[in-house]
Amino acid sequence: MDPFLLEAVLNGILLGGVFALPVLGCNLVFGVVDVVWLCYAELVMVGMYAVWFLHTQQGWPLYLAFASALPLVAALGVLLHLLVVRPLLGAPPINQLLATGGVLFMLQGGAMLVFGTDFRSLGVELPPMEWQDVFISGTKLAAFCAALLGAGALWAFLKFTYVGIAIRAIARDREVMPLMGVDPRRVYVVASAVGGALAGLAACLLAVQLDVHPFIGLSFGPITFMICVMGGLGNMLGGFLAAFLMGVIVSTGSFWWNTEMSYVVAFGFFIVVIFARPQGLFAR
Amino acid sequence: MIPAVGALIAILAVVPFLGTSEYFLHLGITSMLMAVSGTGWAMMGRFGLVSLGHGAFIGTAAYVMALLWNEAGLTPWLGLPIGVGAAMILAALLGYPCFRLRVVGHYFALVTLAAGEIVRLMIVALREHTGGSLGMTPRLAPDHPFLAMQFTKTGFWWMALIVWVFGLAVWWMLDRSMSSKALAAINEDQDAAAAIGIQVTSEKLRVTIISAGIAALGGALGAQYRLYLNPESLAGIGISLQIVFGAIAGGMYSMLGPSVGAVFTIALEEFLRVGFGTAFIGAAPFAYGVLLVLFILFLPRGIVGFFGRRR
Repeated sequence: MDPFLLEAVLNGILLGGVFALPVLGCNLVFGVVDVVWLCYAELVMVGMYAVWFLHTQQGWPLYLAFASALPLVAALGVLLHLLVVRPLLGAPPINQLLATGGVLFMLQGGAMLVFGTDFRSLGVELPPMEWQDVFISGTKLAAFCAALLGAGALWAFLKFTYVGIAIRAIARDREVMPLMGVDPRRVYVVASAVGGALAGLAACLLAVQLDVHPFIGLSFGPITFMICVMGGLGNMLGGFLAAFLMGVIVSTGSFWWNTEMSYVVAFGFFIVVIFARPQGLFAR
Repeated sequence: MIPAVGALIAILAVVPFLGTSEYFLHLGITSMLMAVSGTGWAMMGRFGLVSLGHGAFIGTAAYVMALLWNEAGLTPWLGLPIGVGAAMILAALLGYPCFRLRVVGHYFALVTLAAGEIVRLMIVALREHTGGSLGMTPRLAPDHPFLAMQFTKTGFWWMALIVWVFGLAVWWMLDRSMSSKALAAINEDQDAAAAIGIQVTSEKLRVTIISAGIAALGGALGAQYRLYLNPESLAGIGISLQIVFGAIAGGMYSMLGPSVGAVFTIALEEFLRVGFGTAFIGAAPFAYGVLLVLFILFLPRGIVGFFGRRR
């Protein structure tokens, strides 16, 4: 096999790991609260700025910056839910979508106001790994492993904790659960916090790979939603698998053509999937 | 309603004769053209067909028009209709499978979002012709300003006014047609609508094509007016959401709502630009975002919906 193609496929899998976290977060919020956070990628951006600010401006060690950015974004998720989503729960679903679209502009504009439009780099780089002519960035590999750990932690949380089980139950049937004595409003807040925390974790992993700027959300936001829909909105496992599929498509696409065309192919593939399987690739 | 609108149009038609400043004309032209796009969007938006990808149609029409002029020397008088036609074909290609396969609600919004991004990325990818992210300018033709559709501000004022009136007329005709009733029924309950014999797919498809065409007309003419095309400002998620913001702020359920919204948005933008200058870059999107959220929370029917009579 052509080592460059192999490298592209491997990079695609690593990229999929990065896509996976926001996809899981978005899916969790959608599955439970039934709202698409159009500003999800912008929450990630806020987290990236937090890491950058604390590490390079305040001189905090990296792990401490990570440890502060994560709860910060989780808190943002809760705020978003309480201030914007909760008052709209009874409104047409499209209003919720558009309101979170407004938050997207707000966060983008806010980032421009506070940090300007410069690209901010964390300046952290792990040495690349080499194996039979194939080079893999050490930073990406580390981020990939962390993403898998995050996904595993989410799975364990949903599987084994009491709150996790309540979350899954609500996602399954939101009419019956209140009758069983579960307060859906509290579960919504918890789900929003977990969704925000996943955005925070994604922010930590992206901050070491990419330079942060106010428009960075637009570069991976749309594809995040598309992966969610492809895997089936609310279907965690489907979204997780679709993230890797999309990662490989984007990565090999830029191997054959160029970066923009690879995203064109990926988005075109998404539209075809929606037409062929409207409930998602991995719908049961 | 109609006499009032007629009087408004008559007043607007004579504005350039009143010694109005270039700056005011500029604001008026951009407001009217944005109003056209917003009106187009609201034609389907008010029936629950929320598109987050109208940038796809605007971008297609604008770039087809400009590329025909730059590379083939075809006058924008023909290029504009061809571009708008291309946008309508795109809308049909996108809409037909969507409606046939019952892609609705969130799924429809996200499919259109993907379409907007695809068009934006295609424009960037075809950078040999389109100039990529740097944008492109239609070739200037000082000798043939009319043929090249490169007028003074006064000329564009009337141009924009005609297109705006055309957009309102289409809205008015659509509003009075059976299609509007059918679409309202579909919005309430698609299965019930189908059961009483409404052709769900073709009704939705028709309004989508019309909506895309009107939005593309306003957007492409705006690009011709500015003589500058840029993928970020003509296609993709940014412009798509801006159109939606204007329509919602003004009120998407009434004929003049999106126009009021457009004036409101442009005024807000200018206020922020003049008030803060470039010192606070980002203030405009921030204020946009805050207002969009506040509007949806407290005024979901928009400015006109709030002041208009409650139905």
